[in-house]
Amino acid sequence: MNLFESKTLGRMAPTAALIIYGLLGFWAFVVVFPIYWLAVTSIKIRLDVINGPLYIPFVDFTPSGHAWHYIFYDLGNDTFRPYWNSIIVACFSTLCVMIIGTAASYALARLSFKPRLSSIIAFILGVIAMLLLVAWLGLDWRLAVASGLALFVILVLALHRAPSPTLGNSDILFWLISQRIMPPVVAAIPIYIMFQRIGLLDTAPGLILAYVTVNMPIVIWLMFDFFVSIPKDLDESAELDGASKYRVFWDIILPLARPGLVATALLVFIFAWNEYLLALFLSTANAQTIPILVAAQNGTRGPEWEYMSVLILIMILPVVVLTLVLQRFIAKGLLLGAVKG
Amino acid sequence: MQRESLSDWLDRHAGRVFLAPAILLVLAFSIFPLIISAWLALSRFQLSANGWDITFVGFNNFKKLLFGSQQFHFVGTFAPVPVLGWLILAAVSALVLWGLWRYLSSGAISILGIIGRLISFSLAILLALMFTFTLGDKAQIGSLATTLFYVVVGVGLQFLIGTGLAWLCAQKIKGRDFFRVVFFVPMMVTPVGVAYMFRMLADMRQGPISPIWRGLGFGDFAWSTNAWSAKTMVIIGDTWQWVPFIFIVMLAAFESQPRDEIEAAELDGASPWQIFRDITWPSVAPVAATIVLIRVIEAFKIIDLPNVLTNGGPGIATESLTLHSFIDWRTLNLGGSAAVAYMLLFVSTVTCVSFFNFVVMPMRARRT
Repeated sequence: MNLFESKTLGRMAPTAALIIYGLLGFWAFVVVFPIYWLAVTSIKIRLDVINGPLYIPFVDFTPSGHAWHYIFYDLGNDTFRPYWNSIIVACFSTLCVMIIGTAASYALARLSFKPRLSSIIAFILGVIAMLLLVAWLGLDWRLAVASGLALFVILVLALHRAPSPTLGNSDILFWLISQRIMPPVVAAIPIYIMFQRIGLLDTAPGLILAYVTVNMPIVIWLMFDFFVSIPKDLDESAELDGASKYRVFWDIILPLARPGLVATALLVFIFAWNEYLLALFLSTANAQTIPILVAAQNGTRGPEWEYMSVLILIMILPVVVLTLVLQRFIAKGLLLGAVKG
Repeated sequence: MQRESLSDWLDRHAGRVFLAPAILLVLAFSIFPLIISAWLALSRFQLSANGWDITFVGFNNFKKLLFGSQQFHFVGTFAPVPVLGWLILAAVSALVLWGLWRYLSSGAISILGIIGRLISFSLAILLALMFTFTLGDKAQIGSLATTLFYVVVGVGLQFLIGTGLAWLCAQKIKGRDFFRVVFFVPMMVTPVGVAYMFRMLADMRQGPISPIWRGLGFGDFAWSTNAWSAKTMVIIGDTWQWVPFIFIVMLAAFESQPRDEIEAAELDGASPWQIFRDITWPSVAPVAATIVLIRVIEAFKIIDLPNVLTNGGPGIATESLTLHSFIDWRTLNLGGSAAVAYMLLFVSTVTCVSFFNFVVMPMRARRT
């Protein structure tokens, strides 16, 4: 009876504690065991993999480094090239999306925008005109873009004085964040065609551009919450002292938002590193990233689990290490926005 | 009038300079492709002697998916309805009727509200009907139903496990930081890696749990040859990966709940369940709703797990909509691929917007 009720407030009864630790320990096992199994399999020889489950190195089987040797020396460049691509694409896309995304969310958090509905409609009309010119009249796309742009400018100038309802910051913010709802597969084929035309297909810059676009909503959403939570008088007093908007952003706001920046950058880096669908569409040989390499082993290396384990381990290693190092930022930074709701 | 210097001009237009790159990127790589995709979805793409041809075919691609030759792939094959099917239909209808009744009796009725509810509720009924008629023994559910299965069951499981673990971790226990770090790990593992890992673990002859499996008498059962066990494997992999996301956010939410209220309730002799229901849950519900919404948005896009874990098979049993669209693209059926992608866009947008309006907003409103 007393087992479930503690004698003093703030301390747990032994049975309750046992149940809690049991459940938490069980889930810790569920989390760790698959990774342990990867590590163990990577030091087995083929025979030990095939001859049924062997669990503990040195006891059940003699460890061997041959799979590691094979992936690093015999395959060599076939492993390192996608790896290098992944590093380049993930790092640069994170850098770009952080710059573009934080700038945009800072602007939305601090400055006021009043886009006129008439200008937006003019823009849509310009785009429609451009598409019609290409699709029905078969005009060269450069000419079509130019005429669409011309129509847009003329309409904006013509409607300049006319009264029109305006949108606000929250509308722009919502529009930018809602882009995340769009499944990337909808845009993948047109981006493929577009990149083919301008020679960005199967190149790192092409992948970087695509990743920056799909990850931007996350950056804007998380950083907006951060910037809003920074008191406004800080930048107002700096502006009274004659600092430009850029200086305020760079010297005052960014240093204050550092925990948020680190957490957001980490999250975006993980997404870029793990990205599969767009890389599948937009890269074949040159710009192949590591998840594509690993996934492509499906046919050739299906049951060769010791090689697969090495590949998967080196694929997840950088992200896991990075996250464990930056763990405390995530707890503090990332969740502020989410918890506020 | 004096000409202003470049730096003055730049400072005056700082807002536009900050915002323009983001807007241009979204216009170029997401809105523009969206328009092109719509055009592709309405046309047929063919390779021909001089490269390729695109002909406008209207809504043919969508007709094919919903009623024509691709119906088995997208919607599923029909068969007599099992009891479970009727139960799902009844549950969804009851939910829709309840939502309608609450709205009509609330007194705050607007045209926009009615239109929005008509769209969401009729989609809900249609999807429930689709499930009902494709669930039978001889029937098979298509890629749309499979995706919904991943979203509803997967996110549901992740939410229950993640919240449960977070609640346990938020008790007065030692070693919370240890669990926090360990539980977070799966989120970083590349989904492609998760897929291979679970293929290895679920190997019935060489995998680590195969002795237990054999001991239970399932020795020669191959999960990858049965439609529902293959789907379950995808769900297990996805759950393993995304429980940490729910866990870490819900833990932060539990930690920031009103301490003094809980202590006062404890002194008054309230049971743990009462405390959870009356204090803890209301304070974390808005966060919970937001986090589920984020997961639902991402869950609709699933492709890596089914593609690598099961290759979409057996047959089309584990194919998600994104994978369906990708396979169509690989066979150069560009129109069909774009049509599938557009259906996914439509279903996921309606679902997410409905969830935001009918669940997230009321929960946020209730707190304040």
